[in-house]
Amino acid sequence: MSIAFNREQGLKSLTLMIRSRLFEKKIEALFSSHEMHGTTHLAIGQEAVHAGVSPALDPEDWILTTHRCHGHTLAKGASVEAMLSEFFGLSQGLSKGLGGSMHLVDLEHHNGGTSAVVGSGVAIATGMALQLKRTGSHNLVVAFFGDGASSRGIIHEAMNMASIWNLPVLFLCEHNLYGMSSCATNMVSVESIASRGASYSIESRTVDGNDVEVVYAAVQEAAQYIREESRPYLLETRTYRLSGHSKNDIRNYRTREEEAAWSQRDPLKILKERMIARGHLSEDDYNLLEKHEQKSLDKIAESLAKQKRYLSFEEASSYVYATGGSR
Amino acid sequence: MKKLSYREAIREAMIEEMARDEQVVIIGEDVGCYGGCFKVTTGLLERFGTHQVIETPVSEEGLVGVAVGAAMLGMRPVVEIMYGDFSTLAADPLINHAAKTHFMTAGQFSVPLVYRTPMGSGTGAAAQHTQSLEALFTNIPGLKVVYPATPIDAKGLLKSAIRDPDPVIFLEHKVYGTESVIPEGEFTIPLGLADIKRQGKDVSIITYGKTVFTVLKAAAILEDTEVSVEIIDLRSLRPLDTPTILESVRKTGRAVVVHEAPQFGGFAGEVVAQIVGDEETFRALKAPVARVCGKEMPTPFNKDLERQLPPSPQAIIEAVLALFPSAV
Ligand SMILES: Cc1ncc(C[n+]2csc(CCOP(=O)(O)OP(=O)(O)O)c2C)c(N)n1
Ligand SMILES: [Mg+2]
Repeated sequence: MSIAFNREQGLKSLTLMIRSRLFEKKIEALFSSHEMHGTTHLAIGQEAVHAGVSPALDPEDWILTTHRCHGHTLAKGASVEAMLSEFFGLSQGLSKGLGGSMHLVDLEHHNGGTSAVVGSGVAIATGMALQLKRTGSHNLVVAFFGDGASSRGIIHEAMNMASIWNLPVLFLCEHNLYGMSSCATNMVSVESIASRGASYSIESRTVDGNDVEVVYAAVQEAAQYIREESRPYLLETRTYRLSGHSKNDIRNYRTREEEAAWSQRDPLKILKERMIARGHLSEDDYNLLEKHEQKSLDKIAESLAKQKRYLSFEEASSYVYATGGSR
Repeated sequence: MKKLSYREAIREAMIEEMARDEQVVIIGEDVGCYGGCFKVTTGLLERFGTHQVIETPVSEEGLVGVAVGAAMLGMRPVVEIMYGDFSTLAADPLINHAAKTHFMTAGQFSVPLVYRTPMGSGTGAAAQHTQSLEALFTNIPGLKVVYPATPIDAKGLLKSAIRDPDPVIFLEHKVYGTESVIPEGEFTIPLGLADIKRQGKDVSIITYGKTVFTVLKAAAILEDTEVSVEIIDLRSLRPLDTPTILESVRKTGRAVVVHEAPQFGGFAGEVVAQIVGDEETFRALKAPVARVCGKEMPTPFNKDLERQLPPSPQAIIEAVLALFPSAV
């Protein structure tokens, strides 16, 4: 139930995944050198999920993501420049420096933003789907959540509502085996979170989240089902966070052997090797692509790092209420 | 005496109480080998095992509810919630249940639970991880609320909170590295007592939590302008040590209340009401009671903007000087 990308599709997907990987590494470096502040959650190792989901949607379908939102935001269409500007707290950032790394939002590309209160975003996404349905839209909403968040009651409440009201929601569980230090095997009562769909009469399926072609095909199918049947769908993608949970994670809750085993299934490596085998890519092409992406990223980061265009306190205040002002 | 950080002091209180009573059980997310979000529980699982350290799924409402139920049958749970902001999720078991169980059962059940969680900004973690939500809890009869600033108070108050038969909301600030000297061995600090951090005669500044340090800075600077500041660290918000506040304000005739939470509807309003509602204290006032609190805004991510949110020493100094018209 996978599809085989043609050369053009493959290159597009690979480029996106490389861009995401390099972006995360850049963020990691900027944090370690204290050029960026706050906290950050990298999705290194999970590129096949974000590169497989949004590109398989209608551009006017919505997504709503989590604290681990960089890759999803990039894949839905935000520019590296707009994203990095937000990380630097600049006034030209995605939310003018008010949101930061855990709260990337991009309405232009139908990215409704995040909740960093893990799990809570799933209800918000379900509400967006309710409104899309009420207004006769054919679009759907993807509600991302993790294996950790799957233990929040609100997700179960949202699935039940989506089911009884026939809402166009794609519940997308990004199962990367851990919520911070907690392994899903100790925290989740079922082997497969997709199996919980049955409790809400929601169609569901588990797929390999490290294979972008598999994810892409599964999302296309799910989206078609949601539109044709007017029903929600639960898709579980099995992947692995190769990075730490957030900065300064010594990862004492898992073994280096486990990480090495998952590195063998690095989503970039899987796609790259497959494209080489198909004659769609050479090692040189890959290196060139990577170099090109790195160069453009470095250039953007360098120019933004020097900027200091911040909102004033009064400007920030004006966003507390839609009617302006803070009281 | 020995030097301990705020983090170590809290940990030491838990270790001593867990060793004293096996009913004292740590419950929370990632409180095992990860040591909790702010590394306060490091080493507890290794030392006490899963009988006294329970790691939970990401289920704030559920895990606090479970702790309430266990407490009703004799456990003395010390719940850790990673960020005070998630108190909104824990609010039902705390506010609708823990706070009311003793009352609604006419004393047949009690809920000896401690709810530990850190509050406050300054971390760059943006609007959903930086709030000061103590006022959610201070308006609830049946809950006790403490907010220690220093390591010594954190240790002494946490031990009292664990031994207390009622649910205690134990709020922490995030400057976990703050150090101070602490007496060796066993000690407790009773809930409900403020601490006069500094004696003074011209103005009383009343505060709690992290802003105690901001006020100390402001007071040191004010000393140069010959304003003598008395600092009251409330430590406990409910029960509130009203007598200590009133006595101080009667002496100085001026009061400034400081906290990081937004001013509108914040706990400072209660402190002001206690001051002006007491006739003798009201008559002793030489100036209106002032408040210096957080701005009316969710926490912005941008560092420069975030920094402008909580009370600064400068803002406190200005508020104090404004109470002395002739000196300005
Ligand atoms: C309600 C809530 N509880 C706890 C946290 C702290 N926290 C941040 S990320 C995280 C783990 C979430 O795990 P998962 O949903 O699997 O997402 P992942 O981090 O693996 O992407 C936790 C517990 C939070 N942000 N929100
Ligand atoms: Mg996870």
